[in-house]
Amino acid sequence: MEATVLGFFEWLWGPLWAPLWALLEPVWPLIWTLVKIVLILVPLLLSVAYLTFWERKIIGWMQVRIGPNRVGPWGLLQPIADGMKLFFKEVLFPSAADKKLFILGPIMAIAPALAAWAVIPFAPGWVLANVNAGVLYLLAISSVGVYGIIISGWASNSKYPFFAAMRASAQMISYEISMGLALITVLMVSNSLNLTEIVVAQSAGRFADMGLGALSWNWLPLLPMFGVYLISGVAETNRAPFDVVEGESEIVAGHMVEYSGMSFAMFFLAEYANMILIAAMTSIFFLGGWLSPVGFLPDGFHWLAVKMASILFFFLWIRATFPRYRYDHIMRLGWKVFVPLTLVWILVVGVWMMSPLTIWK
Amino acid sequence: MEFKTILFYIFSAVTIFAALRVITARNPVHAVLFLVLAFFNVAALWMLLQAEFLALALIMVYVGAVMVLFLFVVMMLDINIERVRQGFWSNLPLGAFVGLLMVAEMGVVLSGRYFGLANFPAQNLPADYSNTKELARVLYTEFAYPFEIASVILLVAIVVAVMLTLRRRKDTKAMNPADQIAVKAKDRMRLVKMAPEVELPVAAKKGGE
Repeated sequence: MEATVLGFFEWLWGPLWAPLWALLEPVWPLIWTLVKIVLILVPLLLSVAYLTFWERKIIGWMQVRIGPNRVGPWGLLQPIADGMKLFFKEVLFPSAADKKLFILGPIMAIAPALAAWAVIPFAPGWVLANVNAGVLYLLAISSVGVYGIIISGWASNSKYPFFAAMRASAQMISYEISMGLALITVLMVSNSLNLTEIVVAQSAGRFADMGLGALSWNWLPLLPMFGVYLISGVAETNRAPFDVVEGESEIVAGHMVEYSGMSFAMFFLAEYANMILIAAMTSIFFLGGWLSPVGFLPDGFHWLAVKMASILFFFLWIRATFPRYRYDHIMRLGWKVFVPLTLVWILVVGVWMMSPLTIWK
Repeated sequence: MEFKTILFYIFSAVTIFAALRVITARNPVHAVLFLVLAFFNVAALWMLLQAEFLALALIMVYVGAVMVLFLFVVMMLDINIERVRQGFWSNLPLGAFVGLLMVAEMGVVLSGRYFGLANFPAQNLPADYSNTKELARVLYTEFAYPFEIASVILLVAIVVAVMLTLRRRKDTKAMNPADQIAVKAKDRMRLVKMAPEVELPVAAKKGGE
């Protein structure tokens, strides 16, 4: 792709290209990386905007309502209108707030949600940074996301945001553990920390040879871990039914109470970007990334998009279906159910891999 | 100057600034956040040394978990800055002595015969070299027993910490979710048989409908 772009510029500028390239060459890697970052972030932010629209529509249909249908054809311009509204609203600062940290909070929420996309492979070779320790990078970056909530909760100098900060720090750390432990089994069977290699490792197997690729992805042999990972992912993004951090009926809206306008929109963007990220990670770790489910159809980015869309639909579906968990039940599920289950399953997978019955060679 | 060198100076400058602010910040929450910043930059420095596993583990363990709990505790404490600062001048000589001792030791270590720069030539590792894999290889083969012993000690420490702080109240009202799930409708509700109400004959229909 890089060579094509350079060739196009050479054709466009003609004889002027040689001196320009001499000037450009030292900084070209930087420019090219920035171009790739824009190519990832612009579609991501558009998907965030339309995910909110889709969520309102789907929940509307599930509750036998129509949902947004006034702005633009079929309400399609609704997210744009919402974005404009948030953009032009005044950003208020509570008088007793710690102003610097109050600004830092939303930034710390959105930055990890966007930075994590650096290592996500969308198709063979379509990745910003194909690093060896991709999984570690993802775990490290997503563990930083909790700071946004804690900092904003404390800096608001108000009771409800502080409650949310305390709930968030306990909940997100607890579910990070079960998420990380569930991933260990994936690392064991794919023998790599590189996300591209994890996807490629899922393309081999007895079922894949028979043309049924979908059955040799990690979700089937690691089925309990797939469940643990998906549910922990919902808890990690603080989505319903684990949304006690927001808990609008108990603590109004948690850490976002004192925020308005664009600073509130940052939290909103971060939440939806994290949802899409969890969907992408689940697709890559358990659902074979860009691999086609059947042998006779070609692999490609569209499969990853379909898988992510299904997982996102699952997120919205459970939001419309389940009542909110009580706080002690969330802690119980994380520590007393998921952590022991993952520890046992690590042992099971380890023994399975060493036994003659192993399916991973 | 190489680009990496510029990065090194940026990261180290921020690390030193953040470390200084940790001890000079008046607000303890700010101090903790500066410590987080220092950790982050140290992780970036390790990344420059091609030690990606250590760098990412530092962020994951310290920034992502330990410092969150630290911040959590510091936010809930009502720390009186004036009282903390009271003994500053009387404790200064001792602190300065310890600090100088550490600087001297570091100097001896870094400039000595065994640890000098000459003993550690810069290494250029191939791009597919996996730091994590190498670390795991020695950890689970050569140092398997020390590693196991260390993990058992840590496990014991966790259990002891829980046991020391576990204080069961006598009047606690905990519930058992397993019992809650096992409840059947007939445990909670009793259906009573009653004689059906007798319907009165309907009065004569009014016309006009």
